[in-house]
Amino acid sequence: MKSAFRLLAAAAVSLAAATVQAADFKPAVVYDMGGKFDKSFNEGVYNGVKRFTEETGIEVTEFEVTNEAQRQRAMERLIQRGATVLLGVGFGQADAITAVAEANPDVQFGIIDVFWLDQPNLRQYSFKEHEGSYLVGVAAAMKSESGTVGFVGGMDVPLIRKFACGYVQGVKSVSADIQVLQNMTGTTPSAWNDPVKGGELAQSQIDRGADVVYHAAGGTGIGVIQTTADAGKLAIGVDANQNYLAPGKVLTSMVKRVDVAAYQHFADAHKGMFSAGVVQLGLAEGGVDWAVDEYNRDLVSGEIEAAVAAAKEAIISGAITVHNYEEDQSCPF
Amino acid sequence: MSEFAFQILLTLDATLRLATPLIFCALAGLFSERSGIIDISLEGKLLGSAFAAGAVASVTGSVYMGLLAAVGVSISMSLVHGFACITHRGNQIISGLAVNILASGLTVTLGIALFQRGGQTPTLGPNERFQPIELPFADALAQAPLLGPVYDELVSGHKLLVYLAFIAVPLAALVLTRTRFGLRLRAVGESPEAVDSAGVSVPWLRYRAVIVAGILCGIAGAYLSTAHGAGFIREMSAGKGYIALAAMIFGKWRPWSALFACLLFGFLEAASSRLIGVEFPIIGEAPTNLMLVLPYIMTVVLLAGFFGRAEAPSALGTPYVKEH
Repeated sequence: MKSAFRLLAAAAVSLAAATVQAADFKPAVVYDMGGKFDKSFNEGVYNGVKRFTEETGIEVTEFEVTNEAQRQRAMERLIQRGATVLLGVGFGQADAITAVAEANPDVQFGIIDVFWLDQPNLRQYSFKEHEGSYLVGVAAAMKSESGTVGFVGGMDVPLIRKFACGYVQGVKSVSADIQVLQNMTGTTPSAWNDPVKGGELAQSQIDRGADVVYHAAGGTGIGVIQTTADAGKLAIGVDANQNYLAPGKVLTSMVKRVDVAAYQHFADAHKGMFSAGVVQLGLAEGGVDWAVDEYNRDLVSGEIEAAVAAAKEAIISGAITVHNYEEDQSCPF
Repeated sequence: MSEFAFQILLTLDATLRLATPLIFCALAGLFSERSGIIDISLEGKLLGSAFAAGAVASVTGSVYMGLLAAVGVSISMSLVHGFACITHRGNQIISGLAVNILASGLTVTLGIALFQRGGQTPTLGPNERFQPIELPFADALAQAPLLGPVYDELVSGHKLLVYLAFIAVPLAALVLTRTRFGLRLRAVGESPEAVDSAGVSVPWLRYRAVIVAGILCGIAGAYLSTAHGAGFIREMSAGKGYIALAAMIFGKWRPWSALFACLLFGFLEAASSRLIGVEFPIIGEAPTNLMLVLPYIMTVVLLAGFFGRAEAPSALGTPYVKEH
């Protein structure tokens, strides 16, 4: 009798806690360098946030950092102002969010593009970029007339090798004879912001015969797209849909649906379904995809579309496994 | 023409493109330092003017307005530097560093405020960028043996500012060695007392020198964002100002030698981006790190091994205090 009573009491307390939590549901997001209208990563998150607000009517507090030092301070301030669910954007915020999550065990944290942290109150969203890269690799190989395609990476880190490896696998799945030229821009973070170098690397690949160049190089990639467009060749965009950057000159873009991750984070927390750990978003989850819109419609033939759709289906069903560079730090292709 | 020779030609072509901002910056540094003002703010001016060019070209739709804005911004940054170290006799390194930090922060902040793209300017359209200039007969001559491809690939088809850079070098040499302004400028860097006793204002000469440096840096910045690139991206100068400074020292504060140094740096950079990932007979695939560090290693080797001591202007870095 006594234990039953205690159980009841415990249930009542937890119920009370749950209602308090629901009433106190205060979501917040910290955009990273770039700001929420950056036409790229942050804007994707913003779109997810907007969708959540439209569906639930709950406003999400926002903060845009403009330099690296602000990240942790911004998170702390949002929590001081009562945020109960907090989403960080990009691996640059990993250190800040770890520190803040440790200090605030009651807040439900989420971070996008990170998978290596270990916090009981932190959910990490990671994308299977290799799967998306495989798809654009298929498209590139089918579009190429010269039999040579290119890849320009940003900073030489395993994440970017993962893009490259998936891409090569996709290309080789169409024909083993197609040559893939690969260049990394650099080994320091400035490799993300060097469009001039990106353009030169793309030019050097074009000079060696490449007619489709895929970039995974952030701001450096703007130079890649520009140079390939100027040379009358095709580029492939990354992260966000970059088809509009050079209409008719960007074959497609490998999009990471960060909006899906952002929406999922707030929606789950709202429904009380928050859990810590790593959420992998691949083709099956709609986390990565290739982009076809009015800017590249004429470039993508029905044949290419069918081949990419078939590859997508095969990856989702498990008939094709795309190699993940980060698992064994090597690329078999 | 063999494939190999053609690749070399394309690498040389890339060399010209990559060396252009270095040439302008090195000449800018040369004018400033020949007058006795150390100019490590080349980097900041390059970045600031690249932003100005990108932003103004994007807003007005005119590449020349962008160029004008770039030069204007660069001159005003030069004047800030000049005000600190000519008028107030401040430490020239510190002042230059301050300009660099200012440019790095201000461009991103203004960029976010103006365009909401994380410090980038919008991608520039055809009218907002310098277009390649095809020299006459390039197509017709392309088929001619040997010289045809050289003319077509290497000489023709560059942007206006590239040609301007190669005109600027003899012009700078002429100004420095043949004009009254140039001779006085060099004198003020060697022995300001002598210039002063001849009744010529030392501060005014030095101000004119940093203004010339501002103009040249402004053109270099405009080249980065509106000719070589297609828009401003944060930190896009990526150390080119410092490399130009090194090239100028390497060239012993002389225009022609500085041009040679800039071309060398440009060539090493062009070659390194073309060699990454290429298979070599014995060592296999060229490692990324080695290729990227090659220009710097070469600098050290050349500077230490071949060219001996670089003689700086004697009054470099010392503010001039008029004796009463």
